[in-house]
Amino acid sequence: MTAPATANAVEHVAAGEVLAFPAQEPARATRDSRPLRLITCGSVDDGKSTLIGRLLWDTKAVKEDQAATLQRDSKGKQNDLGLPDFALLLDGLQAEREQGITIDVAYRYFSTDKRSFIVADTPGHEQYTRNMATGASTADLAVLLVDARVGLLEQTRRHATIATLMGIKQFVLAVNKIDLTDYDRARFEQISHEFRELALSLGVRQVTAIPVSALKGENVVYDGRASMPWYDGPTLIEVLELATTRSAQTVGFRLPVQRVSRPGESFRGYQGTVAGGSVKPGDSVVILPSGMVANVTKIVTFDLVRNAAVAGDAITLVLDRQVDVSRGDMIVAIDSQPLTGLSFDAQLVALQAEGIQPGKRYWLKSGSRRQRVQVQPASQLDLQTGKWNHAEQLPMNAIGKVHLAFDEQAIFDSYEQNRTTGAFILIDPDTNNTVAGGMITAKRSALGGIHTEDARVILSLPADLADQLMATELFAGRREEAEVRRVSAGRAVEIIDDIDG
Amino acid sequence: MPHIHPETELHNPQSAKPPLDPHLKALENEAIHIFREVAAEFERPVMLYSIGKDSSVLLHLARKAFYPGRVPFPLLHVNTGWKFAEMIAFRNEIVERYDLDLIEHVNPRGAAENVTPFTHGSALYTDIMKTEALRQALDAGQFDAAFGGARRDEEASRAKERIYSFRTPDHRWDPRNQRPELWNVYNGMIRKGESVRAFPLSNWTEVDIWRYIQAEDIPIVPLYFAEKRPIVERDGMMILAEDPRLELLPGETKREEVIRFRTLGCFPLTGAIRSNATTLDDIISELETATVSERQGRAIDRDQSGSMEKKKREGYF
Repeated sequence: MTAPATANAVEHVAAGEVLAFPAQEPARATRDSRPLRLITCGSVDDGKSTLIGRLLWDTKAVKEDQAATLQRDSKGKQNDLGLPDFALLLDGLQAEREQGITIDVAYRYFSTDKRSFIVADTPGHEQYTRNMATGASTADLAVLLVDARVGLLEQTRRHATIATLMGIKQFVLAVNKIDLTDYDRARFEQISHEFRELALSLGVRQVTAIPVSALKGENVVYDGRASMPWYDGPTLIEVLELATTRSAQTVGFRLPVQRVSRPGESFRGYQGTVAGGSVKPGDSVVILPSGMVANVTKIVTFDLVRNAAVAGDAITLVLDRQVDVSRGDMIVAIDSQPLTGLSFDAQLVALQAEGIQPGKRYWLKSGSRRQRVQVQPASQLDLQTGKWNHAEQLPMNAIGKVHLAFDEQAIFDSYEQNRTTGAFILIDPDTNNTVAGGMITAKRSALGGIHTEDARVILSLPADLADQLMATELFAGRREEAEVRRVSAGRAVEIIDDIDG
Repeated sequence: MPHIHPETELHNPQSAKPPLDPHLKALENEAIHIFREVAAEFERPVMLYSIGKDSSVLLHLARKAFYPGRVPFPLLHVNTGWKFAEMIAFRNEIVERYDLDLIEHVNPRGAAENVTPFTHGSALYTDIMKTEALRQALDAGQFDAAFGGARRDEEASRAKERIYSFRTPDHRWDPRNQRPELWNVYNGMIRKGESVRAFPLSNWTEVDIWRYIQAEDIPIVPLYFAEKRPIVERDGMMILAEDPRLELLPGETKREEVIRFRTLGCFPLTGAIRSNATTLDDIISELETATVSERQGRAIDRDQSGSMEKKKREGYF
């Protein structure tokens, strides 16, 4: 930035708004929600960076000096509205600017009077599936972008599948560049319908479709009624303000122990972040994997001794007796315990060029627990067809089902039950790099469990019944066990006749 | 002059306070989780302490994370010799009150060669007195993890940095080969000589920092509050004119203005803003209507676009 521009900015500050102190209480009083974490997905040309740039711009998250840098960097690249190239707000690394693509996950922050938002902007190219998985791992909601002129792409299905796999249950479909279709309502409705079908097939019920022009700022933060009187639904920001954040408070109490605090002989506390449920003094708990039982006497924090703690709280727990607890152990509710064992089934995303090799011993880290594991790939998801095909190894960016075999007791919940105690990463002991992100699906019993290889039930149902079944939570968790085919009632009768005949 | 601002008396751990709002509570929980994880996984952690508002919040969170124990690692202050005098006085007071271990490091080569922001230019000066000095101090202490107060909202290249940011034995950051970071499961496995920088405040914004300082009564350097102070205008910035080493250039005059600082660094490179904000309420309300970003006052960021990324690759925090 040049010196005169700086001086202007400073003078501007001195001249006006800053010295007036507007009443701020109402704005702060309503900001009582937890931040919403979201991920944006779309292919290179859908205008994803422009959409986020627009969100930052219209919520005033971009300051004048950043805008000046932006104006300067986008010299000659301004669009016909005289606005800066919003994509440059996000493509922060020089390599990206040079190539004009996004190569990594970027985190951005903006807020309205109602809520703050953390957005993970991830690249759309197939080879960067790993980055999308990274961004999706902490997200509560996914915004999927499509170009209104193009409609759903293979890529859209892929992104929706990955988002679902990572546990996201709320989707927004932003049908972008609607201005370039002359605000074609029929086109918008056709795309929304197709997407709802897709989402339903993945078990996602919470879908909002919005016609958007990120470039013109229509239906992003400000409504686009002037151009699209036919659309009376919410703007993107309104959907984000009302979305729910994930909560693990209704499941059993879980405290992965990060460290043992012993500042003196008289105090011994177990420090960690509550990963599920809640706890209060007097509760009976079990320490895993040892299985010893104790009672909670105190919940200590810097501020005061608390009478309860819930999922998400970073606490120090004091127990009523001398028990052997160390880092990596888990303190859990006595009446609602996680799965323990030496053998589990999981799904994972391979993140590095070496892929996942059969039989190789990796480090597995989940919560604060790190242990050796042998990984046996079983199948790989074909993102185009949604089918699981047999696989011996998993290349980079593959999504696979694997069997995990441990030397020592492992402790998990299923990812469906708990996104913290059901998640893990794999670390290659040769490179120390993170090579996979994984989600526990089930414990393997001696009989092989309910997830037998490639065995699927085929259900041929009338379309309305099929939709309802696929939208249930129960089905969402066991999607791989059944294939639902939507048929007309007449066709269903024919199938029955065939079987009977 | 009092070095603890009068309205932010030192915090009493057992005092009753209204609970934090859920947004700040979530950020606090995340930061405490990161502090504990790093302290448990690494052999020799250290906390980079720059005395600014972000460092003050970082220190407060560290004290919370390990309560009722002591903060189990030292603080490292890389001193350039050109910090605001009030910052040093504040630092000394905090270290004593909270019973902290402080390591102060000044680059001996820079000191011997008398490297100053006036004689060597801001880029070379920063490289020697901050980047090189930091590497020296980390090597000398054999630290395998260093906490920093960087936030992703500060600058474009930081938006992509991981919470555990891996560094090679010569402290380099490779933005194109960062380890994927999923959920809150952090990979702390490194070889000897390698290290991580850990950023517990990654997901905080500038407003979050101020609202937290207010909610938690965290002491900060009084330079953040508006007061009539002597200044001189240079390169479009208002520089504090208190230090006798600041020589006026031809055409420059010293005058008094009611000013404050949004960020604190080396006084010759840090621009003040005109402001009447004398309380935390004032500062927050000023921020909520501010039209420029906080780093706007930093000369070192403005050299060229992407300049922070370049500094970071070379090991600047």
